[in-house]
Amino acid sequence: MWDYVKLIVLAAAALVAAYAASQARDLAYMVHMIIFMLAAAGVFLWQIRHMGESEHNQNEYMDGVVRYGVVATALWGVVGFLVGVVIAFQLAFPDLNLELAGGYGNFGRLRPLHTSAVIFAFGGNALIASAFYVVQRTTAARLWGGGLAWFVFWGYQMFIVMAATGYLLGSTQGQEYAEPEWLTDLWLTVVWVAFLLIYWGTLIKRREPHIYVANWFYLAFIVTIAMLHLLNNLQIPVSIFGSDGVPVWSGVQSAMLQWWYGHNAVGFFLTAGFLGMMYYFIPKQAERPVYSYKLSIIHFWALIFLYIWAGPHHLHYTALPDWAQTLGMTFSIMLWMPSWGGMINGLMTLSGAWDKLRTDPVIRMMVVAVGFYGMATFEGPMMSIRAVNSLSHYTDWTIGHVHSGALGWNGMITFGMLYYLVPRLWKRERLYSLSLVSWHFWLATIGIVLYAASMWVSGIMEGLMWRQVDAQGFLVNSFADTVSAKFPMYVVRALGGTLFLTGALIMCYNLWKTVTSVGEAKPAASAVPAE
Amino acid sequence: MGILDHHKKIETHATLLLVLSLLVVTIGGLVQIVPLFYLENTIEDVEGMRPYSPLELAGREIYVREGCYVCHSQMIRPLRDEVERYGNYSLAAESQYDYPFQWGSKRLGPDLARVGGRYSDAWQVAHLINPRDVVPESIMPRYSYLMDTEITGEYITDLMSTYRLVGVPYTDEMIAVAQQDFAAQGNPDESSPGLLDRYHSAQVRNFDGQPELTEMDALVAYLQMLGTLVDFSTFTRDESR
Repeated sequence: MWDYVKLIVLAAAALVAAYAASQARDLAYMVHMIIFMLAAAGVFLWQIRHMGESEHNQNEYMDGVVRYGVVATALWGVVGFLVGVVIAFQLAFPDLNLELAGGYGNFGRLRPLHTSAVIFAFGGNALIASAFYVVQRTTAARLWGGGLAWFVFWGYQMFIVMAATGYLLGSTQGQEYAEPEWLTDLWLTVVWVAFLLIYWGTLIKRREPHIYVANWFYLAFIVTIAMLHLLNNLQIPVSIFGSDGVPVWSGVQSAMLQWWYGHNAVGFFLTAGFLGMMYYFIPKQAERPVYSYKLSIIHFWALIFLYIWAGPHHLHYTALPDWAQTLGMTFSIMLWMPSWGGMINGLMTLSGAWDKLRTDPVIRMMVVAVGFYGMATFEGPMMSIRAVNSLSHYTDWTIGHVHSGALGWNGMITFGMLYYLVPRLWKRERLYSLSLVSWHFWLATIGIVLYAASMWVSGIMEGLMWRQVDAQGFLVNSFADTVSAKFPMYVVRALGGTLFLTGALIMCYNLWKTVTSVGEAKPAASAVPAE
Repeated sequence: MGILDHHKKIETHATLLLVLSLLVVTIGGLVQIVPLFYLENTIEDVEGMRPYSPLELAGREIYVREGCYVCHSQMIRPLRDEVERYGNYSLAAESQYDYPFQWGSKRLGPDLARVGGRYSDAWQVAHLINPRDVVPESIMPRYSYLMDTEITGEYITDLMSTYRLVGVPYTDEMIAVAQQDFAAQGNPDESSPGLLDRYHSAQVRNFDGQPELTEMDALVAYLQMLGTLVDFSTFTRDESR
């Protein structure tokens, strides 16, 4: 019965999407509707071929969706890094904004593609896959909601494709890290609510008395992102047949909401969620318990309470009222403490197992990730001090800071997670090559160092050049002078990005070979006990 | 550490954990955001601000579409070098009709908050066609295709009606003659009586020098009005803001 309802809904969806595509006012909307139509038709066909099949064994973990998530994470990671390398070279060599691409390949459109691909496609898939894996292992329960997990996975991929095609075709609402317009936003809302329901439902049906600390972070991340996404993206569509919408917030209020959202995309998407990852995978890989239970309680509540206040440090000296700027600065500095609480809890988990750093490149990756987390969460509060920010704001220093966090913390911990998960999910006895993991580790680390160092130099240099005055009090440098002075740093940055991308490609090869040419693990190891 | 023992209640109850987390993360946003909607000095009381004219609005749409905000800020900070380089620091009032704000976060190119009137139309057009023709050091992409894309303002009335819905004070008259105003501002041969009464200090001319109305006209019309509206003689600084 339920299968027939699904078929009717899918058929209707495909027809509505086809009609909407025919009425489209702009190309982005038409493409989105065609994607909808094809997706609905594809699922319709799949459903017909799988009519009446019963649910899998309820006592098994649902790992198929995690395997897909792992593949998607690696794939989108490479795409996101590649676009990043391309736009880094565009900044050094502007003719790479190819004129024959008719604007579709210009920096202004590719940069949102890069940021969304790495944050939401690479990071988002890593979070969803690891959340599904971790919540099952730590609750000893199968994911709640049956096929809903597959809807979340495929629905999220569709969100990514819609966002990416939208940017290229010029559909953007003009808010950083929240570029998609109303249709894509609505779709993400549906997917995200399903994600929250699965997570919450699985926690409720858990067979362990306590909820493990990693799950607190995942849960807070999911619910907070839902709140931020909804409020920052409130939009009125100009027409239901066009991608264009008008946000309901304007000027100073929209700035405050945007950076409340933007900083907490960092705070909850890239921090809280990834801390959940840290709290599961580091203890597992190190085979040690989490360092301090009490510290995890304190730093969890302090982190989620303080992070949400930090947004206004993106708006120092702007037209945002001073009281809001001061609040933002104060809380950003306080945030240093819970951030380092998390770092200490992660690093000290290795107590008694530090020797593994010599022999296990996977744990080395995870530890370096936590190290970068610590550095970035020191640099961030420092840059949120108004006096420092007056120099660093609008410069490459911010870009360097973001990347030491994103490449160092999010990238490295995700790579560690992938190296941990692939042998277990595909039931292989080991990784294909540990020496390739070492190669990945060093390429990525050197890449990050080149990236961050060049952006520090370039950012501080341009900040100083902008404000330099001569003895008579006149500005010394024209803006164009500062642009040409940055050229060498831009080349170094692009090379750093290339190294990082090369490392990721090596990882993909290594993981592929692990799945295809490493022997199966012995059955004893594959029977997963409740943990 | 007695108090931490009570944490057992939270960490053994999924819904309690969810609700408490949500409550804890709501507080900061409430305190920082809600007052901005009712504190009267959030937006300065100055004269001169008006909604965008239809052609300027279309230009702004192109500005957003091309991701110009990714590299150009529209927010001059009250710092000595910025005020000397770009002009008077930006007021909150100046972006009150920007849905959303376009303050930006990065200056790969210079600030544009007061770029209006700073260069000629011909310079702007040449610069957009190939930035390196006029600024050899520039790393900006070329936007020559804007010259070839004709626009008619087909949906401008719908767009302005939607803006009115979210609070922009477009009058019935402005919406009724939007299409006419759109065509007339970029082509002096067409006329739209009262255009300058509806949109004071709107600049009416052929911006790109071509007979057709193109995206280039709209974008340059938008750039040329940026930062030109506020009458700073009516501005008094509020120390307590």
